[in-house]
This record gives sequence, C-alpha cells and structure tokens, in this order.
Amino acid sequence: MSKDINTKVLKKNAFRYSKVRGETASRIRIPGGVINAQSMAKIAEVAEKFGDGTIFLTNRQGVEIPGIAMEDIPEVNKAIQSIIDDSGVNQAERDKGYPAAGTRNVVACPGKRLCPFGCFDTTDFARKMDKMVFPNNLHVKIAFTGCSNDCAKVRMDDFGIIGMTEPQYDPSRCVSCEQCIKYCRIRSVGALSLVNGKVVRDTNLCIGCGVCVAYCPTRAWTRSKEHYFRLVLLGRTGKKNPRLAEDFIKWADEQSILDIVKNAYAYVEEYIDPNALEGKEHIGYIVDRTGFDEFLKWIMRDVKLNEKAEVASRVYWSGKHYDRSNELK
Amino acid sequence: MGYVLSKEAFDEVLGKLSEDFLLYSPVRKIGEGCYTDVDVVRYDFVKSLDEIELEAKSNYAFKELLTPLSQTLFFFTENETKEADSDTRDVIIFLRSCDMHAVKRLDAIYLENKFADPFYERVRKRVKFALIGCGHSFENCFCVSMKSNVTTDGYLFSLDFDRDAGQVSCDVKDEDIAKLFEEAGASAADVVPSSVTENDTKVTVPDVVPNAVYKDKLWDEYTARCIKCGRCNFVCPTCTCYTMQDIFYTDNGRVGERRRVGSSCMVDGYTNVAGGGEYRRTNGERMRFKTLHKIYDFSKRFGYDMCVGCGRCDDVCPEYISFANIINKVNAAAKAAAAGEGGAQHD
Repeated sequence: MSKDINTKVLKKNAFRYSKVRGETASRIRIPGGVINAQSMAKIAEVAEKFGDGTIFLTNRQGVEIPGIAMEDIPEVNKAIQSIIDDSGVNQAERDKGYPAAGTRNVVACPGKRLCPFGCFDTTDFARKMDKMVFPNNLHVKIAFTGCSNDCAKVRMDDFGIIGMTEPQYDPSRCVSCEQCIKYCRIRSVGALSLVNGKVVRDTNLCIGCGVCVAYCPTRAWTRSKEHYFRLVLLGRTGKKNPRLAEDFIKWADEQSILDIVKNAYAYVEEYIDPNALEGKEHIGYIVDRTGFDEFLKWIMRDVKLNEKAEVASRVYWSGKHYDRSNELK
Repeated sequence: MGYVLSKEAFDEVLGKLSEDFLLYSPVRKIGEGCYTDVDVVRYDFVKSLDEIELEAKSNYAFKELLTPLSQTLFFFTENETKEADSDTRDVIIFLRSCDMHAVKRLDAIYLENKFADPFYERVRKRVKFALIGCGHSFENCFCVSMKSNVTTDGYLFSLDFDRDAGQVSCDVKDEDIAKLFEEAGASAADVVPSSVTENDTKVTVPDVVPNAVYKDKLWDEYTARCIKCGRCNFVCPTCTCYTMQDIFYTDNGRVGERRRVGSSCMVDGYTNVAGGGEYRRTNGERMRFKTLHKIYDFSKRFGYDMCVGCGRCDDVCPEYISFANIINKVNAAAKAAAAGEGGAQHD
C-alpha cells in the first residue's frame, strides 16, 4: 500500500515533516521547561521503541523524537499520553496526542526555583500562560525569564516576559558597605549611589533586577511583596527582518500580561494575511501592516493595568532588513 | 520556680509584660531573604507567642538592639550639639543559650574594656532576657564545643513550647514575673530549659597558636574563595565593630549628624588609614584576623573565647566557607607548628 498521509493534519498533531520520506518526529511540548523524571524516561522509551534511539533537544525547551515511521503515529500518541498528563498541556482528546503545534512551546529559564536572581516562578507562569493560549494554530512565541539578564532570550519572542522586583530600602539597616552599589554597577545598570552614607536609587535607571537585594549583607535591601514584570514585544528571528523585542510595559502585574497576550490572539485572528503560507505569519509583520496604534487598541482592550505599570507610548523596532539589502559595509 | 501553662495563658503573661516591656524576639519576615520568596528570621518587636519564631534559628542575631546597624548619636549645628533621642522603655530579649553567652561577650567589649561605652550602657541597662529553650541542634551549630549550650541564669524566665500539646513550660527566675504566671493560672512544675547536648559539627579550639600559623598558607584558600561580603560579621552575635560617619545635610552643610554604623573586618575599607594604607588587603588575611580574634586573641584578654558556636556565619556564607572548619584547620596547624612540623609558610 502506498502512503497516503495528510501532512497538514500530521503537523498540527505535533509531528515534524521530515526530509526522510516516510519518517517523522514526535514533538513533545514542555511548557515552562520542567517535566518529571518519569516523563523523561518515557521519552527515552518512545525513542527506543518507535524512533531511532536518539532524542533531539529543541531550542524552545521541547523534545523531538526523530526516526518515527509515519504509520506508528497512533501508537506514539498513546505512548506519550502520560507525558502530556504530566506537563499539564491542554488536549482535545486523550490518546490522540497534541491538538496543535502553531503556538510554540512556552519557554522559561529556571527562575526563582533555582536561580538566586530569579524574580518569580517562571515555570509556573509559563504553564499558566500555556493553559490560556494552547491549543492554538497561530504561530506565536512566548517566553519567560526570571530577571533582566534574560537567559531565556525572551527578546527573540513575540511576547517576552521579564521578572522584576522593586527594591525596598530600609536605611536603618544600612551600614554603607556599598556592595549593592558595586554589584549594581558590575552586574547591572549602576542605578545606585551613596549620599551621606545611605544609598539612593535612580528609579528611572533601575531595571528591577534585584541584584542589590541579593548582595545586601544586612537585609537593608529586600524585595517588594509584589512580583512585577517587564513585557517586551515582537522580537523574532527569520529570513526577512530578525530583530529584538522592544520594551512595552514595565512594572506590570501578572493579570495584565495574561490579558494582553489573550487580546493579541484576537488581533491576529482579525488581521493575519488570509493567504499566509501555512497560516503562519509573525505578529510583527501584521503590525507593520496595520500600524502600531491599531495593534495597541486591540491588545489593551479591557486590560486593567496595575497602578505601578508604565507603558511606552510608541514602540519602534530595528534589526537587520535582509529583504531590503544584504550588503556588508 | 517552674510553671506549665497553656499557650493562651502564656499570651496573657506576654500581654501583661508588654505593659512594662517591649518584647524583642526572632520573627519570620516573609519574603525578606536575599532570594525571591525566601524568608529571613531576624529580630523585631512582638506582642504574642505566635509572632515569635521558635522553629528556626534566627539568621540575624539579637545584637541589633544593643548595637544598632545604624544609629544617630547626636546632631550638630554651628555651635551646638544635641544627643539623639533614645527609647527609654525596658526590653525583654528572647534568645537561645548561645546568644545568652554572646551577651557576655558584648558586655566585655563595651562595658569592661577599660571604660564603658555610654551608648551601649544606656541601652544595656534597659535590657533583660528570656531564654528560648533549645531542644535540638540546628545545622552548623557547634555550641557544645564552644561551651555555650547551657544557660542556668541571667534570664527572667525561660520558654519551651510544645506545639502539639499547646503547652508552654517556663523556668521563672524573677519573683514579680512569677506572680504574672500565677495570675494567668499556670501550674507549678519542675522545669529545666531544654538545651542541646550534642552537635553534628564539632570544633577543637587550640590552646596556643604559634606565630607560624599567622603566616601559614592555609589562609590563601580564603583569599581565593571569600568574596569579602561581611555577612559572617553582620549575622554574628559577638561581632562588635562599628565605624563613625559625620554627615552634613545636603541642603544645608552647616547642620548634620554623627552616626555609628556596623562594620565588618571582612569588607573593603575596614583597615584603611590616611595616606592610602591598608593593613589587611587580602581576604585570607582578613579571615585570619577574624578567626584568631574569635578563638584566640579575645580569649587572651578576657579568658574565654569570643565565638559562641551559633554557626550563623556558616549558615549565611554565600561561598559555603565553614568557620567551624577553619577553627579545626587552625588547631591542626597550631599543633603541627608546635611540633616543629609547620605547614607551608609565607615569607
């Protein structure tokens, strides 16, 4: 019997179209980058049983199991059910694998679970975000990183969420050791200075990374009770115009971030090029077409920003325009 | 006089005590540690048993009341000075046995060291103590080695709380306070404050440290490992160093204040002198100074070691340097030097 495979269905079911005819790869979704060891063992088991015995670790913290024969897809979908259960990914029907692949795995750095500088539980927020947006066929990339160091490279994503803390200063506990000043200068932006033996924070320069808090030996610096976020928008890789995401809001709260991303999906549904190849179009190109103001109107609809949030009035992106010139100067 | 009473009755006693005393105890500060959503236990004022952190060792010691991290001593104008107002209320500090022993060290430095420091003396006179029973050793404690594990006097009352039974046991030393316990319906009982009898961490303090140890290469490791953050000093219940700051207000430089702020022999600037001199430049030299002060030099003057073995320095060190281990290394080096088998030496 010759193969008769609907590749569009295959791809939406999170199986890769491979250059090797008749073969595919199962794409395991791991929002927030954490799964239990049993799931990892299951991935190894599937790779041994159905794949070629290798496992590919993707750039977005997913796992791909290559070398799977296309006819084994139904069996593989059954085998990976326990992984889907573990990772808490929304599913349409049990034992049928993933219901979509468009919206990419939601990435998270280790965050506050492990990292001394992580300002929030990146995995937890990533999972919450995934619960809200997935399954969805729109090509959207979302990533979370614990602090402005951006180890998760969220500025390459459509929506980058960067943890922030607002340093709280108790001058009565400060002994002018100046370590906060030193480490802010070395590790961060140099927002602190000493005035009359006490530390002054330049609130405009401060990026809320919490380095001062981590290095304070007396607890004169502590973290704000609230966890805050910087939202950066519409970074991307790609052949036309790769670019870094730009700052949109700082000191935002969690709910505002969730609402904005949800609204952005509605905006894309409305304005995506109906003839986009495979239904995929980076949001940034859509915004280039509609103008930023229209995008802003959509994403801020019914968003009740927390009081502390500061919003950019206009956002400009740069990056290399290969579609205009590839000349080296 | 020993008493056993319910948690509620004990709170009644605390309520009565609050009329005459401020109560200063370990308190869990939610999310105020140096990492996200990590707590810190440090001292603050309380009114009830629930506010007192009894489960964990306090990360910072009680000394912040006696020797504040930052204290304005007086204000000055052109020709006059005015001493800063100070609280006149009496205080009961709740602390464990090791810290009771630390009080003795602070007193030695500030009251018995040739002359009494008036600012310390002023606050010290207002302070009394309540002993927190210590039923088990915490990580890094070495109180038994430093002989600070048992306290038999110097406190108004002790406190052991059996959470499951909801029962508080107190050894009350003060007659007026005993009356409060009786009024609250406490029943008489034989009470001995619980104390630690063994720690996992054990140290041997050398009797004599030959000069060769001062130049031993063992200190070099700490030049490489230590980041001179001074956390070990700031959490230590017996570190007493401070520095002075004269501040001229920015909007009127003819007026200002003199402050005393906590200092650390590990951080930059501690031994800076006029002309750019710096007596102990490397972190290893600073570690040597601190170590020998804690377990040798102080003892030569006062007859007992400064270190009480609370282990807070080991708890807090971001570089996992163990002070307990340093003591043992010094002991080994001292023995070797005494036997004429000194380790590698600096010139």
